[in-house]
Amino acid sequence: METSMSILIGVLFTIGTYLILTKSLLRIILGTSIISHGVNLLILTMGGLKTGGPPLLGQHDTTFTDSLPQALILTAIVINFAVTALFLVLSYRTYKTLGTDNMDKLRGMEDE
Amino acid sequence: MNNTVILPMIIPVIAGLIMVIFRKNIRLQRLLSIFAILAVGGVSISLMNQIRNEGIQTLQAGGWEAPYGITIVADMFSAILLLTTSIVALFCLIFAFSSIGREREEHYFYPMFLFLISGVCGSFLTGDLFNLFVCFEVMLISSYVLISLGGTKLQLRESIKYILINVISSSLFLLAIAYLYAITGTLNLAHLSLRVAEAGQDGLMTTVAFLFLIVFSMKAALFLFFWLPGSYSVPPIAVAAIFAALLTKVGIYAIFRLFTLVFYHEPEITHLVIGILGAITMVLGAIGAVAYWDIKKILTYNVIVGVGFIIAGLASFTSMGMMGAIYYLIHDMLIKALIFLLGGMIIHLTGTSKLKEISGLIRNHPYLGWMFFVAALSLAGIPPLSGFLGKVFITRGTFETGSYWLGAIGLITSLMVLYSIMKIFMNSFWGETYISKDMEKGTTNVSTMLPIGCLTALTIALGLGAEGIHEYVQIATESMLNPIMYIEAVIGEDPIR
Repeated sequence: METSMSILIGVLFTIGTYLILTKSLLRIILGTSIISHGVNLLILTMGGLKTGGPPLLGQHDTTFTDSLPQALILTAIVINFAVTALFLVLSYRTYKTLGTDNMDKLRGMEDE
Repeated sequence: MNNTVILPMIIPVIAGLIMVIFRKNIRLQRLLSIFAILAVGGVSISLMNQIRNEGIQTLQAGGWEAPYGITIVADMFSAILLLTTSIVALFCLIFAFSSIGREREEHYFYPMFLFLISGVCGSFLTGDLFNLFVCFEVMLISSYVLISLGGTKLQLRESIKYILINVISSSLFLLAIAYLYAITGTLNLAHLSLRVAEAGQDGLMTTVAFLFLIVFSMKAALFLFFWLPGSYSVPPIAVAAIFAALLTKVGIYAIFRLFTLVFYHEPEITHLVIGILGAITMVLGAIGAVAYWDIKKILTYNVIVGVGFIIAGLASFTSMGMMGAIYYLIHDMLIKALIFLLGGMIIHLTGTSKLKEISGLIRNHPYLGWMFFVAALSLAGIPPLSGFLGKVFITRGTFETGSYWLGAIGLITSLMVLYSIMKIFMNSFWGETYISKDMEKGTTNVSTMLPIGCLTALTIALGLGAEGIHEYVQIATESMLNPIMYIEAVIGEDPIR
């Protein structure tokens, strides 16, 4: 289970990095989004993947799931959602104002 | 348990939330924000005295004892930084009143400013690594809004890059947290320190430490500073000043906290790398500052030099070096705000940031000129101004451990800083007066000159009266070099859990 998760996370990171390195702004934002999904899965995997146990310590249960990584992921998702929304709005505004979403043209001139 | 510890974090949030309701009532927003910042300053002074008398103050949120709950910890280091933050924020805020413009004020400038302060204070106070991430995000999201507020072409272009860099480094931060959680099974800083000390800092742990170093270097502009000159030169003066004064310092604080409290077992690897990064940062920053003929660029590169120098204090890892780093951190926060406000004033008056088009301002603005001169000397560390003491201690610290190269680079780059800042002074204030007073693009008034004057007075006072804060700085140094004090305050006398 851990191995397949690791491979999945690696694939997500690869796709995210590839997208961030492209020139189109929208693809870059999607890339950051995919990377943060990879990170969320990584947190889940790092907390230990167990099935069948409740996230509580009981007197009779011998197994339990660590609930902390899930709480961390929940917070991370919310923050990432807000940041992505802001980022999308800003990039739309940039596109409207500057008339391009090509990162090469957003480089900036020496004399401005 | 001490409930006042959390106040610096929540006062600005509550004030900001109230302001969101009264969007059009600018007068109320101004009053409320001044009041909130003053309250934070008052609380941090009282915290400093409590810590001096009773030791490190903690709050276990919701009554959940550490390491299970979230801990808010105020030691002397954080309390000193809190006080400096509130002072700098107060003056930048007063400067913003007349310079930021009606349009921005009506579009939630003040609430965002306060959320930023809340994030900064939260980062200084938190005792939990994940909570540190959350506070970083609070600070960063407010800074995204502040940097793009106004929506000029330049601002939009640079804010896109600024956001992208920070989103990626936030992902890396989470990545590092995940790895550390997998190794140690805890995220409470005090508990982490214990676990790492028990298990020993092996190669895996050191790798994770370097991952954290990369993340915080990105935020602190330590070596990974390529994003900084662009993004700090586009927002309005007051915003650029608060960014230069506070944002990089939060990254520096995080590096200090992690590498004195948790990852302090392998200083010959970690602290050597930190020292090398600091040295490279100083050299590259100084070269940038010397090379440009643009006021904004010179000032932003000076921010980078300052970061490298403070980090050199940590790299020495002696009580002398740490004490110097704390002195220099306080000085750097004040002086970076001051020098950005002064540089911004010059740009505001002349309408250009190109040094070659500015000349002879001293005839019409003698006070501005002299204050710039004092600030420039203080920035370079000329006695008796505030930069001197920190420089002496950091240099002595690096010499004590035998890393003469680090101290030497620090001193040489100080000279380059002096040259770069004197270049601004000589070009813009000396020479023939091109433009008469009524041809100027802007004017000076009380609201802009008062903060500049007060900050100048503070840098002189901090230099002459360093004895007054010495006791506090000493306590801060002591508790940083003895992690057990922090652990005992958070987890209790019996740290075997």
